[in-house]
Amino acid sequence: MSDFVIESPKPVPLFDIYRVFFWIGVFSFGGGLVPWMQREVVTVRGWMKNEDFLPGVALAQVLPGVNSTNLAVFIGQHLRGLPGVVAALSGMLTGPFFIMIVAMYVYHAVLDIKPLQIAMTGVAAAAIGMILRTGMSAVQASLSGVLPVTIMLATFVAIGVLKWPLIWVVAIMVPLSIAAAWPRKKSSNA
Amino acid sequence: MRDENLMALAIILAPLSIASIGGAMGIYAPLQHEAVTVKQWITPQEFLDLFAVARFLPGPSSIIGAMIGWKVAGLLGAIVAMLALYVPSTALCYAMSRIWSQGEGKDWNIALKRGLTPIAAGLIMSGVLALFQLSGGKLVTGAVMIGSAGILWWKAKLHPFPLLIAGAVVFEAAWLLGVLE
Repeated sequence: MSDFVIESPKPVPLFDIYRVFFWIGVFSFGGGLVPWMQREVVTVRGWMKNEDFLPGVALAQVLPGVNSTNLAVFIGQHLRGLPGVVAALSGMLTGPFFIMIVAMYVYHAVLDIKPLQIAMTGVAAAAIGMILRTGMSAVQASLSGVLPVTIMLATFVAIGVLKWPLIWVVAIMVPLSIAAAWPRKKSSNA
Repeated sequence: MRDENLMALAIILAPLSIASIGGAMGIYAPLQHEAVTVKQWITPQEFLDLFAVARFLPGPSSIIGAMIGWKVAGLLGAIVAMLALYVPSTALCYAMSRIWSQGEGKDWNIALKRGLTPIAAGLIMSGVLALFQLSGGKLVTGAVMIGSAGILWWKAKLHPFPLLIAGAVVFEAAWLLGVLE
């Protein structure tokens, strides 16, 4: 209702955003970009709170485009507006772009090496574990009432288990969930 | 010919940028259709190889679009592909994120954040299940997955790279012991 002062900490330097996302891009073998971003931006550096980050994950997934690049855009915008978007996204794509070019020269020689395939499958399995860890933090943040838990379970069953199309599930679940979460006027915080 | 190919890359990839709701999975089939069947830039086997390589590389696996751009027109092709693949969806996501930030503290923004958190939980867990099933759902995969999640739950600030290496080591060991199948 009334305007309350949002404490504004020092803006994160653009180069720091670029640097952090650059290393995410370089290290993120096997997938798991979302957990990498959560670790760097929320857990280690405290640039963002989990309650701001997690809804961003849903937004990034619901919007058209690749989830991980959308999330980098969301984080960049949150931290520094448009320059932050450019820093985060270009940072995250620089390493993978050059690594991809190197790979284009060598992949014929290494693609059929069985131990390498096995190793990368193991890396991917650990990366799924990273995503599971992020999922666990999202589940924990959703244990705030019967309704959020119901919506969480319904989303998981519809998309994860029944493999219903994402677009229809979110078209129903998102408005429902947002309406249920609307702040009650009586308990307005000053 | 080169300019034609660059234009064709942009025309094929830019709509995919916006069409791919729910992740990179949605772009592979149309990309394969255009690059292999329609334009015949690469053979079906080459597409499968690139798909396998993209999965191994760091970063978003949609980088396969840039790989095809590289095959078609070298460095310039890769750059055009990256721009076509990421600029349209980024513009949309930026616009939405900006509206989001401007609403900070307002009722609708609070509702949006609270309301999307359980959706995020459901979607992330669905993704975990899908990736696990896609990997063949092996016992070793499940063990490495739960092990790495557990370690990160216990030590959230731990750098995940050693965990990725550990995943590789466990798989090599399982393979050598003949228990990977």
